[in-house]
Amino acid sequence: MSQAAGFSQRTFNQALKKYYSIYTGGFIAFIILLAIAEQLGLPRKAIGLTFLFATIGLYALIGIMSRTAEVAEYYVAGRRVPAFFNGMATAADWMSAASFIAMAGTLYLAGYDGLSFIMGWTGGYVLVAVFLAPYLRKFGQFTVPDFLGARYGGNIVRTIGVISAITASFVYVVAQIYGVGLITSRFTGLEFGVGVFVGLAGILVCSFLGGMRAVTWTQVAQYVILIIAYLIPIIWLGMKHLSNPVPHFGYGLVMQRLADVEKKIIADPKEAEVRKIAKSRSDAAAAALKSPEKSFADGKAALEKQLSDLKAANAPADQVAGAEKALAAYPKDIEEATKRWTADRGLAPHVAPLRKHAEAYPGKDEEARDVARRNFLGIVICMMFGTAALPHILMRYYTTPSVREARNSVFWTLFFICLLYTSAPVLAVLAKFDVYTNIVGIKHADIPGWLAAWRAVDPDLIRFTDINGDGILQAAEMRIGGDLIVLMTPELAGLPYVISGLVAAGGLAAALSTADGLLLTIANALSHDVYYKMIDPSASTKRRVTVAKALLLVVALVAAWVTSYKPGHILFLVGAAFSLAMSAFFPALVLGIFWKRANKWGAITGMVVGLGVCIYYMLVTYPFLRDVFGITRPIAEYMWFKMNPISAGVFGMPAGFITIVIVSLLTPAPDKETQDFIEHVRYPRLAGDIDTRAT
Amino acid sequence: MELTEKHREYWRKNVVLTTVLLVIWFVVTYIQGWYARELNEITFFGWPLSFYMSAQGSLIIYVLIIWFYARYMNKLDYEYNVHEEEES
Repeated sequence: MSQAAGFSQRTFNQALKKYYSIYTGGFIAFIILLAIAEQLGLPRKAIGLTFLFATIGLYALIGIMSRTAEVAEYYVAGRRVPAFFNGMATAADWMSAASFIAMAGTLYLAGYDGLSFIMGWTGGYVLVAVFLAPYLRKFGQFTVPDFLGARYGGNIVRTIGVISAITASFVYVVAQIYGVGLITSRFTGLEFGVGVFVGLAGILVCSFLGGMRAVTWTQVAQYVILIIAYLIPIIWLGMKHLSNPVPHFGYGLVMQRLADVEKKIIADPKEAEVRKIAKSRSDAAAAALKSPEKSFADGKAALEKQLSDLKAANAPADQVAGAEKALAAYPKDIEEATKRWTADRGLAPHVAPLRKHAEAYPGKDEEARDVARRNFLGIVICMMFGTAALPHILMRYYTTPSVREARNSVFWTLFFICLLYTSAPVLAVLAKFDVYTNIVGIKHADIPGWLAAWRAVDPDLIRFTDINGDGILQAAEMRIGGDLIVLMTPELAGLPYVISGLVAAGGLAAALSTADGLLLTIANALSHDVYYKMIDPSASTKRRVTVAKALLLVVALVAAWVTSYKPGHILFLVGAAFSLAMSAFFPALVLGIFWKRANKWGAITGMVVGLGVCIYYMLVTYPFLRDVFGITRPIAEYMWFKMNPISAGVFGMPAGFITIVIVSLLTPAPDKETQDFIEHVRYPRLAGDIDTRAT
Repeated sequence: MELTEKHREYWRKNVVLTTVLLVIWFVVTYIQGWYARELNEITFFGWPLSFYMSAQGSLIIYVLIIWFYARYMNKLDYEYNVHEEEES
């Protein structure tokens, strides 16, 4: 281990606590100063930009202070990150833009069924704690493919590990950089492309100079910012609705009131009317759009016939005038008609009845409810086992000083994650109650300015259309985008704009910290596993770090380049990363520690089969991929148990497990050396132990 | 290296603990989720029970599981003399 002489872990811990306390205090003082400046007339855009550049500047500063050219520092932060701080860093590494911005919104929209992500993204740490973290720490090298390579032997396993790690992490990092671009552009008015570039600079300054060491200490700083940003608006909303600054313990009351409001809205005949109009207009438009030319001609002919019929029958003048007016209002040409129909077809989402927040697995019949339940549990399984297989999370447990600290560190990780994850459902309920009581039922003309401002930023965030023309805003006339909930909470709670800026900084911190960890994972897989372990094992340490840094730069640029094409399907990308990781890694890692009989050929075939089954299922059931590969037979024929493509891992992982077991039993047992290796990782200390620690 | 009977016992205890904790984890996640509609009929301090569990209750239990595992194993290391040497 590369520890400086006379270095003491205890003094280091104390120094860390001191620095981060000062830092947290300083950050709060910074918010207060900005709040005062806002009162004195600092414009909103300036506040947004100040937050953006102040926080990125801060991360850059930490990056520069932690710069290093030592291998162990670069790859595993010198293995001296205390459990508490590694917990914070892992929490920030873990919580992405999706957790921070989109999760509360998903819960708002999906109610109970959205909770699959809450349970899935926390319960996975139980698996990390009991199956992986302590054993990987004892093994003590740099990457996940390292472990596979050492346990099963040979470069084939390592190569499959590298490919899987890169695939899962790359898919995930594109989603993060996309989030960075979105947040920056929304809060500062900068263009999306510029936002991506600014964010990328923020990511690179720290990981490029100091690798894991810089990323670790930046992630701790980012955690502090993101948790403050998430909790302040919730505390305020709690005071507003419950007179309770910790609404986590009392929002059951709000849920009961919310259920009452929901009943009232469902019983409201005006709501039913809106949905009926939306249905007839969107159905008619969808039918018309199937053959626009014919529909356009038919519609026009029908109106003309009506007019001539009325005239021929000597109908009263007002009826004739009405028919003339209808004809005049008819679209002039086919383009205009198509535009109108497209707009009308867009009303389709308004048709769905209001969803009761607490109802689990709603559906029209028993079978639909059963499928909903199956898919809910499928997502929980994938998110949990995916958590326990994502390389950027697992490699964080290489950085603690000991096995003991690795175990404690998983506890701190989940503790810090749960501070945010137990808050998201509270936020969703409070925001929904606020929207249903204070916004639904007002006049369209009275819609608050800040809400209209969000529509101007991005019409996907919020739309309101007076469908039935009564001037009152019905719940069914409003479409809220999932991202809006967290973004608008400060305004909903009546907080000054500086808190909105803070929330943006928090979202940025969440996206940047995850992107940092992912980029490092990809670059390390290339520089350590491919370059050092397979191409040039005699490379000097200086050269290894230089290669790692160069590769990091290349990977970052490629990821930003892919992101600049604005690939859609972000949620699917994130889900796919989890399914891929669990199918490839989880069986090989866990059996590698807990089953001595698992051997090289079992691992090779198991990883390939697991990954293959997972990719196959996504290809044949995900619409976008089906188009790309020209698969035309109906989806239903390919679906297994009606599981959605996002949960493809529920098939891939068991396939991997079964394959490893069968193939291992058919081929010779692993040699004595491998047996010793397994004993080695199972016990924190053994007499006459082998040493696998990397230098 | 040769493992003593004591070493085997340490590993057995670890496996038993791991299994017990995973059973708890399974019940509060999957069994609870499977019967969500039925459990939601029960009110728990204002929350439908399954909603509360999936939103917060199970999460708290996960944290406790990991806390207990770390505490128990860290002690077991000393009991079976497989703990790491203190690093100064």
